[in-house]
Amino acid sequence: MSNAAHPYLVFDDITKTYPGVKALRGVSFGVEEGTVHALMGENGAGKSTLLKALSGAHQPTTGCLRIGGKEHVFTSTSAAMAAGVAVIYQELHLVPEMSVAENIYLGHLPQRGGIVDRSRLNELAAIQLRRLGEDIDPDTKLARLPIGQRQMVEIAKALTRGAKVIAFDEPTSSLSAREIEKLFTVIRDLRREGCAILYVTHRMEEVFRLCDACTVLRDGAHVRTHPSLQAITPDVLVKDMVGRDIADVYGYQARAHGPVALQVDGLVGPGVRAPASFSIARGEILGLFGLVGAGRTELLKLLFGATPSTAGTIRVHDAPVTVRRPAEAIRAGIVYCTEDRKKEGIVPIRSVKENCNLSARRSHVSFGGVINETWERENAAEQTTALAVKTPSLDQLIKHLSGGNQQKVILGRWLSEDVKVLMLDEPTRGIDVGAKSEIYKLMFKLAAEGMAVLVVSSDLPEVLGLADRVLVMRQGRLAAEFSRADAAPERVLAAALPIDTNAARPV
Amino acid sequence: MTASSAPASPPKSGGAAALLDRAGMLLILALLVIVCSFTVPNFASPNNAESVLLQVSTVGIVATTMLFCLASGNFDLSVGTLIPAGGVLCALVLKDTGNLVLAIGAALGFGALVGLINGVVVAKCKINPLITTLSTMMMVKGVAFVFADGKSIGIANDAVLNLANAAFPVFHNERGGVLFQITAPVWICFALFFLFGFLLNRTIFGRNTLAIGGNEEAARLAGIPVDRVKITIFVLQGAIAALAGVLLASRMGIGDPKTAQGIELSIISACVLGGVSLTGGVGRMSYVIAGVFIMGIVENAMNLLSIDSFYQYIVRGAILLSAVLFDRFRTRR
Repeated sequence: MSNAAHPYLVFDDITKTYPGVKALRGVSFGVEEGTVHALMGENGAGKSTLLKALSGAHQPTTGCLRIGGKEHVFTSTSAAMAAGVAVIYQELHLVPEMSVAENIYLGHLPQRGGIVDRSRLNELAAIQLRRLGEDIDPDTKLARLPIGQRQMVEIAKALTRGAKVIAFDEPTSSLSAREIEKLFTVIRDLRREGCAILYVTHRMEEVFRLCDACTVLRDGAHVRTHPSLQAITPDVLVKDMVGRDIADVYGYQARAHGPVALQVDGLVGPGVRAPASFSIARGEILGLFGLVGAGRTELLKLLFGATPSTAGTIRVHDAPVTVRRPAEAIRAGIVYCTEDRKKEGIVPIRSVKENCNLSARRSHVSFGGVINETWERENAAEQTTALAVKTPSLDQLIKHLSGGNQQKVILGRWLSEDVKVLMLDEPTRGIDVGAKSEIYKLMFKLAAEGMAVLVVSSDLPEVLGLADRVLVMRQGRLAAEFSRADAAPERVLAAALPIDTNAARPV
Repeated sequence: MTASSAPASPPKSGGAAALLDRAGMLLILALLVIVCSFTVPNFASPNNAESVLLQVSTVGIVATTMLFCLASGNFDLSVGTLIPAGGVLCALVLKDTGNLVLAIGAALGFGALVGLINGVVVAKCKINPLITTLSTMMMVKGVAFVFADGKSIGIANDAVLNLANAAFPVFHNERGGVLFQITAPVWICFALFFLFGFLLNRTIFGRNTLAIGGNEEAARLAGIPVDRVKITIFVLQGAIAALAGVLLASRMGIGDPKTAQGIELSIISACVLGGVSLTGGVGRMSYVIAGVFIMGIVENAMNLLSIDSFYQYIVRGAILLSAVLFDRFRTRR
């Protein structure tokens, strides 16, 4: 063990200024050797910016890093790698078309006279993988691996470069429970070997299960570093993150329900195997729970006309509607906030205003489709104010906003329409605690005004916390329905678990 | 304002950067005009101004719709052969019927039809626009040669010749010759700059074009009729390219299937030079105007300096490459 007074990795007064934004304001803290140090904070708190300074993707405006007592300002990612730093991002930086071994040794493939030594490459890669407890054939094409194993490949890649400082950026967000366990084992092994590990996450239970220390950032500033988590409760960390107490995260309020808003009968289509029939009342919040791949998103996309249904009828406010494409659903008052904001929600290189008005502007035009610019500005201003979107101006490109604010702009896009049924697919994924509770509040408000809300979430507590009624999907069919009173977590989860057809088969 | 000399004015930098973004290439264009006026003999003469305007009009006209194509994340090579084909078709129908309206209608109709094919194949069949329009480019070239039987077709009709040579205003010199005039193709080019600039900025069609280029799936899920917008863009592009061909033929007095070779690349490079993104979502008419004129003036200046056309290719390529690199550098910052 090294001198405890000098942590192995030190962030020393790091400031980063972008034009018009102060992303980091003098952040200082240290990460000890042989510890896992959690880095928490709402989206936009500065975690990613700090990681970028660590990985060499961006240079801090002022301040520096100290690694093993040596001062560094990385001007490139290769400089960071050379200093023994590896950052493992959510989106893995691997080449799907190359083999596992090639990915691990990318950039320093073992060679003999300029020719890649394939047998040695595979041999070395196999050793690295075994060290992580993975039994993967190094010659497999990376694209064939599930996401959890790809992450292991990324870790192996970091280890072959002799990384001693390893930062993980929300590594579990797309992993299964089993894969998470495996990852934790590996991270604990790395800790035992003396690595200094920085672990960025939103998930409270991971912090307490895995981490030794925790630093919280808020609005680019360092709030506090807890050198030990022994006496700390989650509430303390949440308070650090948002700067206030959040008493009840969901704030459920019971409402009176009106007549049926959406009636679905026998809906079938890609991903929805058995005819789906259900209804939502005006003012009701219906939760749709299911495991990843159970067909939840597919069902919403059928209702929205994003994928064509093969059978079934849809009625909105008692009138039959035909939904063959999104435009028809929107006209019928059904709108859909997509799960993947970046790919299916925002137009990144256009302004907040454009993104907010993307749909509704079609009905605010004069002759020849000329947009009413006064309406445009007023509507965007109204929506962003009502939803408390944090943006320097309406002309700001939406890609510069944090995830929570992007989500609010998308919500504003739909609330500019005459919405009868609001469908939300994972509305709080990748969104910080503060924005989350604002979105919950909004959902209750809209429901109280008589809107029917259909919300999909993989987060069971969230579904149970929000919904008046819960539908469960399993393997492409609606499997169960629970009232709020009956929706005990274990019952809902049990209904969602796939029936293992292999187990029933005689051997 | 002399803020440009000192980089040490951070509070103003946002405004200056935005200005540079909007008008950067127009400033470079202005600079280019000034430099050429002083260094290139005969550049700053009314006669030369007239010929520059006329020279850029063909590329300029087609670039207006190419802007839409690129802004929506698409690409159209077929304009390169639609220009001569439009001219040939117009000349041919004119020879047979003598009816000007019918001749122009046939050319524009053919252009729109090719555009429709491009649009449907790209939007509905999801084929890469590069490959699609490369194929139709070859087919259209063949069609033009078949129609013209490989020869150029003379235009004897005065009404057509007048079409391209009509001019307003016309200034005469003291000896009674024409000093400076703005001819119809130039006016049409300016009108299209204005029209399509307005369409792009102010109408649903234009904004949807940019949204599709920025994120097609998000646009679709926002209820934007993506396929219809794309097909409309290609149809407009085809018709406008044929129109440029008619005007060119009328200027030349012949419909020539061998004319305007490689013009599709000049059009696309003028757009890109001005700052229109090839990946879609970013584009302004001011970019296109700047790009078209910078290309045209550089070409004109090199001609005035009697630089061998072989070297001109090298210079034009180098300018395009440096413009793209400059743009990259600017957006990275």
